[in-house]
Amino acid sequence: MSSTTNNAGRLDAAAPAIELIGISKAFGSVQANKDISMVVAKGAIHGIVGENGAGKSTLMSILYGFYKADSGSVKIDGVLTQINDSHDAIAAGIGMVHQHFMLVDNFTVLENVVLGAEDGALLGPSLRKARKELKRLADEYELDVDPDALVEDISVGFQQRVEILKALYRQAEILILDEPTGVLTPDEADHLFRILRNLKAQGKTIVIITHKLREIMDVTDSVSVMRRGEMTKTIATSTTSPEDLAEAMVGRRVLLEVNKKPAEVGETVMQIKGLSVTDVHGVQRLKNVSFELKRGEILGIAGVAGNGQSELLEVISGIGAATSGEVLLHGEAIDISPKANAGMRRQRGIGHVPEDRHQRGLVMPFMTWENTAFGYHNEPEYCGKFGLANQKFMKQDAREKMERFDIRPPIPQLVASHFSGGNQQKIVLAREIERNPDVLLIGQPTRGVDIGAIEFIHQQIVNLRDSGKAILLVSVELDEIQALSDRILVMFDGVIQGERLPEDTNEGELGLLMAGVDPETKS
Amino acid sequence: MMDFLTNDLLQLSDSAVRNAIPLLLACLAGLYSERAGIFDIGLEGKMLVAAFAAGAFSAIAGMPIADGGWDMGAWSVWIGLGAAIIASTVFSMIHAFASITLRGNQLISGVAINFFAAGITVLIGQYWFRMGGQTPQLRAGQRFEPITLPFADSLKDVPVIGDIYFKLISGHNIIVYMGFAIVALTWWVLYRTRFGLRMRAVGENPGAVDTAGISVVKLRYSALIITGILCGLAGAYLSLGTAAAGFGKDMTAGRGFIALAALIFAKWKPISAMWATLLFGMLEAIGNKYQTVDLGFVVLPGQFMQALPYILTVVILAGFVGKAIPPKAGGEPYVKER
Repeated sequence: MSSTTNNAGRLDAAAPAIELIGISKAFGSVQANKDISMVVAKGAIHGIVGENGAGKSTLMSILYGFYKADSGSVKIDGVLTQINDSHDAIAAGIGMVHQHFMLVDNFTVLENVVLGAEDGALLGPSLRKARKELKRLADEYELDVDPDALVEDISVGFQQRVEILKALYRQAEILILDEPTGVLTPDEADHLFRILRNLKAQGKTIVIITHKLREIMDVTDSVSVMRRGEMTKTIATSTTSPEDLAEAMVGRRVLLEVNKKPAEVGETVMQIKGLSVTDVHGVQRLKNVSFELKRGEILGIAGVAGNGQSELLEVISGIGAATSGEVLLHGEAIDISPKANAGMRRQRGIGHVPEDRHQRGLVMPFMTWENTAFGYHNEPEYCGKFGLANQKFMKQDAREKMERFDIRPPIPQLVASHFSGGNQQKIVLAREIERNPDVLLIGQPTRGVDIGAIEFIHQQIVNLRDSGKAILLVSVELDEIQALSDRILVMFDGVIQGERLPEDTNEGELGLLMAGVDPETKS
Repeated sequence: MMDFLTNDLLQLSDSAVRNAIPLLLACLAGLYSERAGIFDIGLEGKMLVAAFAAGAFSAIAGMPIADGGWDMGAWSVWIGLGAAIIASTVFSMIHAFASITLRGNQLISGVAINFFAAGITVLIGQYWFRMGGQTPQLRAGQRFEPITLPFADSLKDVPVIGDIYFKLISGHNIIVYMGFAIVALTWWVLYRTRFGLRMRAVGENPGAVDTAGISVVKLRYSALIITGILCGLAGAYLSLGTAAAGFGKDMTAGRGFIALAALIFAKWKPISAMWATLLFGMLEAIGNKYQTVDLGFVVLPGQFMQALPYILTVVILAGFVGKAIPPKAGGEPYVKER
């Protein structure tokens, strides 16, 4: 690389857009980045993959000046560049689209774009200039957004475009995107990739951080793999495969496919009849939903987030109430009025792994041995003399669960927030699966979970199915639904848009159903 | 009826304006702070130290040199005003240091400022003047005098318009006019300038401001300096611009909290803040004018009438007046992730 760098500080046409040299960064005792060097050619789309906590976001935040590296240096276009804060990064032509958008919700699109890039103390001229510029960018890159819309009123897909527009408005030549497709529908993701290819065609350099290997294969020219704060390899995308990348990420061979035998479906365990839910704003979230769940099957519910899946899980798990309809368990109606609660469901043998484990699955500042008992803490084995908690048993129980579910580190006294996303999810799964429920409701089992843990979690779900339990799986990850489900229901706008068997369908058809389109008539 | 309109209503409106000014200035002070994402329940304390500093320094500046004063004559009142602004801004910077730099709890810092102000004013007042915490009665040149606007005297006899101009609009002191000018200025700053855009943004999502390459810390300190200055004006008005003509123990009497209620009522908007504080001012005026009110079936006691602004405060804070959504990042110290 030294042949392309230019120590005299002049621009060198052949120099790489980005060159990181020996970057290290520690947070306390955690070494987030260890001596990382990376080169990204000008006009390339470069991917960075790695598990959660591998240090990808930290590395890019250093490049964007959000964090300061402990050591190492950065060259932009071959010129040694000191990036102390975001201001320096912007000046060096770097733009970043953060995973959690950095937008002001009650500002208009225009105000968000202008914020920090105003031309003078008065706003008027800046806003007029930005309006003109946005129109030009919209035409050039398929980035149409209404400049006067409030950010809180537009979809996440459009919000992401605002973030890209912000970077382009600041004349970014290098665009960093952190997990850009996490919140997008397949269609929106495709649109994003078109935009990125367009930007590339205009000579922009793009760095995309993701844990989705398929996207890396689709859109990047080269890819770097990070593991535990180190960069394990950088390779041209055309010369690698998802399997190789997964191995490099995890450090061992990973099964990307779920290993499962055909389902042995038994009798109906749960019936949902005409379930409807209207929320506090009077919006009907669930419209007359009916289906059956049988022993020994995994029923997958696919759909873009916010199409009624959450409400469905809430009603069945006793967190929310239904406006009308019935839920029958073993032919017997269960209470779905506002009087019901989640504890009643657990007593009836319905386990629940909530979609949002931080909000509902765990009490984050509490210790693992407490979290592994919550929801069942009134069960006789957890209660000692005089109805007080039997702490000794609870800790022992937690230790065993941690061992069986390979939760690391296996210390029951650690608080839940201390664990990685994958291990947190395993704590919730261990609690629910070990109670041996007849029905297990699982929402987003692998959201924010690393690849190694995904494999384990999927296997646990399949094992539970094979032991004759009924599993209702809700996930926005279509791959996951296809890999795990024995039967797939697609939800759109609160109704079941279609039912398919995984072997008889494909991503295209499911994608259409998820968008509310009937694949037969295409309308 | 005409008599009621020209006399009672005008008189009420006139005192409503006088009562509203300290509330309005404190409310705008709070607006800058809270729009920048820093909750400020220390408005009361800042007003109190400002009122004390104004009363004390105006008194000292106006005293003859022989009595240990500075004999500054008509400049005294301005010395008082300057002292008020400095004192209030120092307190505002304590709050800023605690809540921005040290990332402390903003409510606790605010409470501490209120207690500290209540104690220190009386302590120093007693030490300096030995009058039980009060400051000496201010004389001409040591307080703000009413200003008669041009043509007020000649228009005075024109029916209605002349009355309104002479009785309501003319004849207030400089701080009253400054207060209304600051409403317009604040609106302009907030919605028409770069600083305003950034300040509104930092109260909603400091991350957006930080990643746009702007310093969250500097922006928030700037906002709190303005808060300090405006609280200084509010406090100075109490001791230099009202009939009190001097500082008295606890003379803010909860106005900082009423200003906070008005801020919520006004949904953190400057023009609405003006109307909200005028409403409070009017209630106070009614309470003062009509000591007891005979409604025929029941007689409302004077205490009830005087409690009106406080009752409205409770009603507003209890959320009876529509949904007020505060700036999203308010009260949360900004820490980069991790």
